[in-house]
Amino acid sequence: MSITLPLRELRRNPNRFLVATIVLAFLTTLLLFLGGLLDGLYLGSTGAIRAQKADAIVYSASARDSFLRSRITPDIRADVEALDGVSEVGGIGFVLLGAQVPGESDLADVAVAGYELAPKGVPAPPADGLGVADSRLQDQGVSKGDTILVGPAETPITITGWVDDTGYLLQGSVWVNLTTWRAVQNANRPDSAVADGVVQALVVRGAPAAGSSLSFTAGLDAATDGATKSLTVADAVLALPGVKQQKDTFNQIIYTTLFVVLAVVGLFFSLLTLERIGLYGVLKAIGATTRRLFLGVLVQAIIVAVIAFAIGSGMAIAAAAALPASLPLQLIPSRFVFTFSGLLVAAILGSAISLRRVTKVEPASAIGTTS
Amino acid sequence: MSVLEMTDVRKVYRSGDIDIVALDHATLQVEHGEIVALLGPSGSGKTTLLSIAGGLLTPTEGTVVVNGNDITDHDAKELTGFRRENIGFVFQSVNLVPFLNAEENLLVVDELGGGKGDKAAKARARGLLDELGLGHRAKNMPAQLSGGERQRVAIGRALFNNPKLVLFDEPTSALDTKIGAQVMELIHSEMKARDTAAIIVTHDRRMTEYADRTVEIVDGRLGAAGLQTAAH
Repeated sequence: MSITLPLRELRRNPNRFLVATIVLAFLTTLLLFLGGLLDGLYLGSTGAIRAQKADAIVYSASARDSFLRSRITPDIRADVEALDGVSEVGGIGFVLLGAQVPGESDLADVAVAGYELAPKGVPAPPADGLGVADSRLQDQGVSKGDTILVGPAETPITITGWVDDTGYLLQGSVWVNLTTWRAVQNANRPDSAVADGVVQALVVRGAPAAGSSLSFTAGLDAATDGATKSLTVADAVLALPGVKQQKDTFNQIIYTTLFVVLAVVGLFFSLLTLERIGLYGVLKAIGATTRRLFLGVLVQAIIVAVIAFAIGSGMAIAAAAALPASLPLQLIPSRFVFTFSGLLVAAILGSAISLRRVTKVEPASAIGTTS
Repeated sequence: MSVLEMTDVRKVYRSGDIDIVALDHATLQVEHGEIVALLGPSGSGKTTLLSIAGGLLTPTEGTVVVNGNDITDHDAKELTGFRRENIGFVFQSVNLVPFLNAEENLLVVDELGGGKGDKAAKARARGLLDELGLGHRAKNMPAQLSGGERQRVAIGRALFNNPKLVLFDEPTSALDTKIGAQVMELIHSEMKARDTAAIIVTHDRRMTEYADRTVEIVDGRLGAAGLQTAAH
């Protein structure tokens, strides 16, 4: 079916579509900006947990899914390790501190992460006093070979390399072995010191025991007589402070904005259809079908949405480049795909509002009218 | 065989509890190449008659046969296709697609029929515009044309598919007397040259001199129908 008529109108009469295109371009920028902030906050907060190659994260039962409140003692760890189906167990712990960076006057925000089982992209635990840093710390002046002084006790950690996307609660992680982590924790957070062998949580790999009716996480908690609360990695990510709330809040705003896009497209093309009723009557009289006329509206709505997306994306990218690096804005390809899809769906649904009006145009209306 | 045979056609509109008879047992035949002027005051039913003859409306009673096809019981979809292939329309004013040039306004008919405006279609459009004295205006947009030129483009569009019947709805009402007369001359010569039948709705008695026959309509009833010797 030919679509030359609506395309010619767009080409010959672009001003008619200018306002809608500009409004949609700004809404695209807003959608990408909001999505970019959500992604920046989410990725920056959760990288250290998302990187875990684990089937369960085991907290103490009283910790309410918080690493900082959780303590796993050696005897509980032994219960976990003894469970059928468990193949590997490693301790993990985090401490959030400021760090002095050579040559920098401001403290860098770091999350010292002690570990045994290497997460994705992270090498095996380094020797005592050494650490592998998240690349976001480069923005705070940290360089490979620097010895940063962590916390009020100025515990030294020498940076030996970089890893990507392992941020923890918007702070750059420094991955160290458990001995170094305990040293940092006990020197700088004496109120929450940990004894030898104690960790905040366990990273566990394995599968439910053969014949068990329980899930892997439930089996782990049963094995410790309820002393632990185990989560999958996905649940552990959402259990991080503020992550779920941030995600829900931003998604609400994003979906509301998409609804505004739908309303803008719907209103614009409804008005355009209203303007064209006389023309549609004539075209129907000389043989145009409702389907063909509506297809024209649909094609125009989609093209306006595509152009608006291109302009809006350019504006969002330019805005992101101009903003300070400290702002947690991250424009990732999947966000562009989501926004483009949302815009297309809104354009299609919005233009569909005109369908009823196009259907109701009577070809007989072309006769006996003067304009 | 007549091009148009309307037999005992009634059209009744319902408004609340009241039936309004817009066309009352109208019978009309139009032969090949015949030009019929349909004359009547506002509200007399001439628009309804033209709409039924052109397949824009279906009658409440009676039969309508166009070019041998009984369209009385056609549904909306069938009527759309029928109009596209068999009927030409020229409306009162502002009936061209405003964002298409004169040539493209003719090609719309081809496009609506599933064509792609190929070389043959373009040649036909150019030929028609030349014939109508608009060859040099083929690439002009409607806004750049005078009222008379626009109406000539509309005549070209109506003739594009070689219809056997063309319906004119007050084709000169938006034009001054001189231009209106020129347009009527053109309609007359084009219809006769093609042996195409036409019904011209008008309330201007002066325009009836271009018709072979004038049929008056009052209160939905067709009146005196006489053969008129055309001056052209």
